[in-house]
Amino acid sequence: MNMLTEGRPTKQEENIVMPEQAALKTHTGNRALMVDEPLIFETGSPDRSGVDLPEAPAVESRLGGLDRDEAISIPGLSEAEAVRHYTRLSRQNYAIDVGLFPLGSCTMKHNPRLNERMARLKGFSDIHPLQPVDSVQGALETIYQLADWLKTLTGMPAVAMSPKAGAHGELCGILAIRSALEARGDAREVILVPESAHGTNPATAAFAGYKVEDIPANAAGRVDLDALKARLGPDVAGVMITNPNTCGLFEPDMKAISDAVHDAGGLVYCDGANFNAIVGRVRPGDLGIDAMHINLHKTFSTPHGGGGPGSGPVVFSEALAPYAPLPFVERSEDGHFHLVEEETAEDHHESSFGRMVAFHGQMGMFTRALTYMLSHGADGLKQVSEDAVLNANYVLRSMEDLLEAPFAKSGPCMHEALFSDNGFANGLTTLDLAKGLIDEGYHPMTMYFPLVVHGAMLVEPTETESKAAIDQFIGALRSVAERAKAGDELLKSAPHFAPRRRLDETQAARKPILVWQEPEEYAEAAE
Amino acid sequence: MRYLPLTPNDRQDMLATIGANSIDDLFVDVPEEVQLDGPIRDLPMHAGEMAVEAHMKKLAKNNSAAGDMPFFLGAGAYRHHVPASVDHIIQRGEFLTAYTPYQPEIAQGTLQTLFEFQTQVARLFGVDVANASMYDGSTACWEAIVMARRITKRGKAILSSGLHPHYVSVAKTMARFTKDQLVSEVPALEAATDGADLLNQIDDDTSCVVVQYPDILGRISDMSALAEKAHSHKALLIAVVTEPVALGAIKAPGDMGADIVVGEGQSLGVGLQFGGPYVGLFGCKQKYVRQMPGRLCGETVDAEGKRGFVLTLSTREQHIRREKATSNICTNSGLCALAFTAHMTLLGEKGLRELAMLNHKKAVVAVDRLTKIDGVSLLNGSFFNEFTLVLDKDTRPIVRKLADQKILAGVSLGRLYPDAGELAHGLIVAITETTCDEDVEALVAALEGELA
Repeated sequence: MNMLTEGRPTKQEENIVMPEQAALKTHTGNRALMVDEPLIFETGSPDRSGVDLPEAPAVESRLGGLDRDEAISIPGLSEAEAVRHYTRLSRQNYAIDVGLFPLGSCTMKHNPRLNERMARLKGFSDIHPLQPVDSVQGALETIYQLADWLKTLTGMPAVAMSPKAGAHGELCGILAIRSALEARGDAREVILVPESAHGTNPATAAFAGYKVEDIPANAAGRVDLDALKARLGPDVAGVMITNPNTCGLFEPDMKAISDAVHDAGGLVYCDGANFNAIVGRVRPGDLGIDAMHINLHKTFSTPHGGGGPGSGPVVFSEALAPYAPLPFVERSEDGHFHLVEEETAEDHHESSFGRMVAFHGQMGMFTRALTYMLSHGADGLKQVSEDAVLNANYVLRSMEDLLEAPFAKSGPCMHEALFSDNGFANGLTTLDLAKGLIDEGYHPMTMYFPLVVHGAMLVEPTETESKAAIDQFIGALRSVAERAKAGDELLKSAPHFAPRRRLDETQAARKPILVWQEPEEYAEAAE
Repeated sequence: MRYLPLTPNDRQDMLATIGANSIDDLFVDVPEEVQLDGPIRDLPMHAGEMAVEAHMKKLAKNNSAAGDMPFFLGAGAYRHHVPASVDHIIQRGEFLTAYTPYQPEIAQGTLQTLFEFQTQVARLFGVDVANASMYDGSTACWEAIVMARRITKRGKAILSSGLHPHYVSVAKTMARFTKDQLVSEVPALEAATDGADLLNQIDDDTSCVVVQYPDILGRISDMSALAEKAHSHKALLIAVVTEPVALGAIKAPGDMGADIVVGEGQSLGVGLQFGGPYVGLFGCKQKYVRQMPGRLCGETVDAEGKRGFVLTLSTREQHIRREKATSNICTNSGLCALAFTAHMTLLGEKGLRELAMLNHKKAVVAVDRLTKIDGVSLLNGSFFNEFTLVLDKDTRPIVRKLADQKILAGVSLGRLYPDAGELAHGLIVAITETTCDEDVEALVAALEGELA
């Protein structure tokens, strides 16, 4: 008997003609795994559904005569179609799970999957915020434990847990400052914010009714202490300082800044977005600050989810603790947990500035963050900040001969390395370099921020990247940087290999199309 | 440490490249006196998955999960069945671990789902446009009031007494600092809403009237007359929807003239989660789009003319406009928006309408059963899946006692309005597709026991 030994041909035939990439067209326009996905409005139908429901009881409705008679026009998909729709779309996304995500100030670290499993325990995920407190003692204890971790890690005596994200936490801190000042009859109107601050800082101060003034930076990328002192006075309610700052540098004068602000009767807000650089190694409470928000979705690894949800608890000094918003959790001597809210707020909470949000904050993020903290422990968290700082300095020193690092001479950076576009040729910009990195398989760094550096590029590798992964990234970044300095025209049209080429953002803003319209409506709009 | 890839050798090699002797050299900018000399005290050391899981499970077990007992709570957060595929979709790492889509060429997945989300929300609300989500319903409500102030350049907002008291509290907290004037009262225990009173209060100083639909007591009222009156004074009507499933059964607020419609999207896809994270919905008429807060996703084309999506109109936002931004919001609720849109896509109009009618008719059946109890009456003339029962005594102790018997009976108005006397006799009861007949019978028996 003859065995068939040939098998499937796996070897390419010799002397085959390889056409130019550009000449290759597919019938669908797709390229193997890179598949375009239509909108649900183009494939779905209002009378199709991926959900089977039981029959409703045969009774008369009591909707007050307001039945919805007109079409809603929301299409449905079967489950099979829906899973494929979202899976295909997901493959057009870059994510931490896909690769190194060096987005400065955003702390894109690995999101442990144990966190996800814990958040989904029914005792956390399937409880209602208004259940009687005796039926949610475990949830209140979880909040209490997380609060305790946050207070210990920051060396601050109080924490407000309800703010929904970083900017909401900023608002919480600024409202507490304003409440404290008002309580002593001091109507100050100005908040000072460094030029290098994240845009949420001035926006928050304005949202809370304050006037915003800039504090200049000195040549070393830090707050200009003398300029700050000169501006302090009876009209200044306080300062908002990011430390480590947005240039990736520690503010060595932080304590002096705090003292000066306090001496002038003001209060100190610290933006804790960059806490990852110092967690477990430095306690912000030792720097004289009065309030600081902590982004659980940065330092404590809760997933960014394509733009939230975040969570922004705010730690407070003794001076601000009495003004913290409702609700919060207290523990009595018998080990029972109380929820202090409108119904139960008693005399000792009368100066609270009130409620910032319905219910009690981002419980689903609390469980994830507490899981992360328990996993790392005090020793692991210290290692987190040290490895984050080590990785950033490794990038800084591996790049500074090629990319200008404006503040590198003044010493090491913290958890992120800052570069400028100085020396790019042929009109190439930071944006071009960023898009070139996309072709190399990376999400770009933060671009054009902070504003104090021309064409800023802010690289934050985080502690969850291996040396091999960082070396590979450095290789890619060096290659693209060399092309930018050599004036490589092809960078101007990058990315070439992403699911989309450069998108026209000007057109999007000039004539905004924010919802899908039937094709005939598009046609009308074009006329 | 399982999450940290660097080995001691790696660290030494990297320090050598940097030109530092030790890690301490990298922290030279931090004054020595504030550097800790070892791991922070009073906290445990690192732990493996099994130990952490045991710790968290112990905490979770000390809660009464809604699915384990008869459950009737609503008042702004509703227990709906979330299809299995929704949780699978939001756990795709490419969605879960992505950042805000600032690099659109490699974020079309997130952007297209946001575009679909915005379209679904706009159609559900009956308005022209919607944004890419807010933190939750309560903060979306305040942002809507601020937006109305920007549009009308007036500072007086009239809040309906049927607005969720937490939403009122949030607005009051903020208004105290922004000097906005709010007019608000606690609701009366009546079948009629305060629509007639609101009509009389609208004047030329009014920026907006804020009406919840269905309201905190479950009542549904036609907002058309309010819209007309508001518009005649160049004021806006803001509608607040805390139960979006209702809009599969009742008229859309936009179709009754609402200018801005905001809401809590938790009912679809998100789950109870003890109050967060949830997802704020925000829609409005086209002419106000440039005054909207939050992120917006828009359609455009790429350099080859292919359709694609980007974040747009960012000149309203804090990272461009700084202190002149329409809001300070940055991170919103992207993953919850994905859960919402995936659940909505699975439902489609057909499924949404069926789900809504199932909720409503189960509620009708439950009302008829519960009001047979001596000492229990129904407040509402109309309702969707939630209604208010009036008892002849304070409902707070009853709710607590029933919870001890493993029946989560509803939300006492006494908890929401602690200083409002008689209101404590009210009990808000929500019925959804997850409520079964046995649950209702258990509640009936328990209430009969309490009222006997």
